[in-house]
Amino acid sequence: MANNNEVILLDFWPSSFGMRVRIALHEKGVEFEYRDEDLRNKSELLVKMNPIHKKIPVLVHNNKPVCESSIIVQYIDEVWSDKSPLLPSDPYQRAHARFWADFIDKKTYDGTKKIWTSKGEDQVVAKKEFIEHLKVLEEQLGDKPYFGGDTFGYVDVSLIPFYSWFYILETEGNFKIEESNTKIIEWAKRCMQRESVAKTLPDQKKLYEFVQEYKKKLGVE
Amino acid sequence: MFAMRVKIALAEKGITDYECREENIVVSKSPLLLQMNPVHKKIPVLIHNGKPICESLIIVEYIDEVWNHTSPLLPTDPYLKSHAKFWADFVDKKMYPVQKKIWATKEESQDETKKEFIEILKTFEKELGDKCYFGGDNIGFVDIALITYYSFFRTYEYFSGLSLEAECPQLIAWAKRCLLKDSVSSSLADMDKVLEIIIEYRKIKGIA
Repeated sequence: MANNNEVILLDFWPSSFGMRVRIALHEKGVEFEYRDEDLRNKSELLVKMNPIHKKIPVLVHNNKPVCESSIIVQYIDEVWSDKSPLLPSDPYQRAHARFWADFIDKKTYDGTKKIWTSKGEDQVVAKKEFIEHLKVLEEQLGDKPYFGGDTFGYVDVSLIPFYSWFYILETEGNFKIEESNTKIIEWAKRCMQRESVAKTLPDQKKLYEFVQEYKKKLGVE
Repeated sequence: MFAMRVKIALAEKGITDYECREENIVVSKSPLLLQMNPVHKKIPVLIHNGKPICESLIIVEYIDEVWNHTSPLLPTDPYLKSHAKFWADFVDKKMYPVQKKIWATKEESQDETKKEFIEILKTFEKELGDKCYFGGDNIGFVDIALITYYSFFRTYEYFSGLSLEAECPQLIAWAKRCLLKDSVSSSLADMDKVLEIIIEYRKIKGIA
């Protein structure tokens, strides 16, 4: 059981990795201070708390840093273990959940980025690969309401933030994800009904505008 | 090198009664491997009572949770556990790609790589500090994640011309301490054999 204590999250609002941590904290009902970082001008605290990677998200719990989103989510699950368990208690089921979160880590970020940063044939390939990637996840989901089974869990937390990027992908890639991956969209909408997810994921159009700004800046540089 | 991690973990837990099946992953993967790891089709895979567990660090954590009566590999304190996972993740994220560049690429592009490689090793030394092992008084999760790369140290020196003992004496001392443990010495591949295999591999791939 955790006592009342100081929790600060160093984050950046469009980050899918940061969103995972926010969702986990909300699921557990943890009070925390959210600090949005300017990644072009990182705060002293971020550099001090994550000197190795200098990246967000970083959870600072009673002045001690925890880095890497998947590791942070697991930490939150262990410390605030009295409510909304995110990982199962059975070791095999836990390994299974970790495997799929790792799969999501290995493929999803790069896969989505390729779509909105590429053009022409490269983009066609990127879209195809992403659809295949989602199909693998759909197969894993099966008929369950969540990857965690009947309850929202670790794998759901790992994946759902990327849903906020779907509008960008569809607009940039000129395709509809629902046409090839209906199950994932249904699952995502189910997750969005959860307060922790609804209050964390940014508006998809706001994210789209952010990406347009970001691409302009890249173009200038 | 990833399979060695699992062997060390099993040995640390005193599990010797298991079947180890060598896969010929270059020539052809067995139907069992493809069935048990259809997503990545890679080793290692631990099959426990017919159920597969994949990804070396996930397997090590599973072993630690199931056989929790002896030799804990991860700390019980959540903060210390997250710290250990962070460093094991650093091994996979940073050490793996940089060390691969040393032996899997042509020699011309080595200076930057060598510099980066030594910096990574020195980062590990700093994290180790005065401790006997990354795990403290006994080997733990981070030691297991990293020590398997030691079997490639002769290979790194051969292709980079570096003397790793001169560059990172504390890390070499740590590695030798690990090797005094049966669980490690019985699991690590022979350094000379690894070098032979890499030389062959480079010939096959047409790398100078």
